[in-house]
Amino acid sequence: MEAIAQLIAAEMTPAELKNNAAAASAGYAYGLAAIGPGIGIGYLVGKSVEAMARQPEAAGMVRTTMFLGIAFTEALALIGFVVFILLKFA
Amino acid sequence: MSPLAMASVGQAPEVTVSRDIIRRGLIIAPLIMIIAGVIWGLTGAWSAGLGLALVLMNFGLAAALISWAAPISLALMMGVTLFGFLLRLGLISLAVFLVRDVSWVSLPALGITIIVTHLGLLFWEMRFIAASLAFPGLRPNAQEYPSSSAAETP
Repeated sequence: MEAIAQLIAAEMTPAELKNNAAAASAGYAYGLAAIGPGIGIGYLVGKSVEAMARQPEAAGMVRTTMFLGIAFTEALALIGFVVFILLKFA
Repeated sequence: MSPLAMASVGQAPEVTVSRDIIRRGLIIAPLIMIIAGVIWGLTGAWSAGLGLALVLMNFGLAAALISWAAPISLALMMGVTLFGFLLRLGLISLAVFLVRDVSWVSLPALGITIIVTHLGLLFWEMRFIAASLAFPGLRPNAQEYPSSSAAETP
């Protein structure tokens, strides 16, 4: 592993290494930032379906709250995306 | 019967919420563009406009997908919500990638506008909805925010 790292370091300029590291970090940032909201939205919608099934008369209120919850959870993914574009392109 | 086989019929509150958010977003759009223009210049103003348009499109698409799927079945609504998240994130990524090298776009302005307007509009709407749910008597328009709608089997 160390030999491969030395080989890569020998063939790349520091600027190229920095660019590569920034690209990899940006990719990890975006990917990891999308996992949490994905789990969150799945849990949120699952619980909302359960609530609507148990109490159908409250479906309107549950759907309103669910929609806002989805939007708030999605904000985390958007923050990760913005960090990605700023790291990668700005 | 499995809860997933049920459907949520009646009014679509998410459409009302997103329409409200879009209306407020359009009202504050000039202000956001002026602020971004003061900070980042003309490119910042255009980027803020683009960012706001992406956020409003995101809300509208989310509401449209949920209101389409919920009356069919709750299982479809779950699937559409999760894949809709993926789809909307993909669409925003695509839109940003397409304009990333365009001369009139400032990426920091675009990114910050997306986050600030998304969260700002949500908090603004949440404040109104929380008050409506907590104090139904103070609801400005009772028909706009129904506290209940029937969930029925298809």
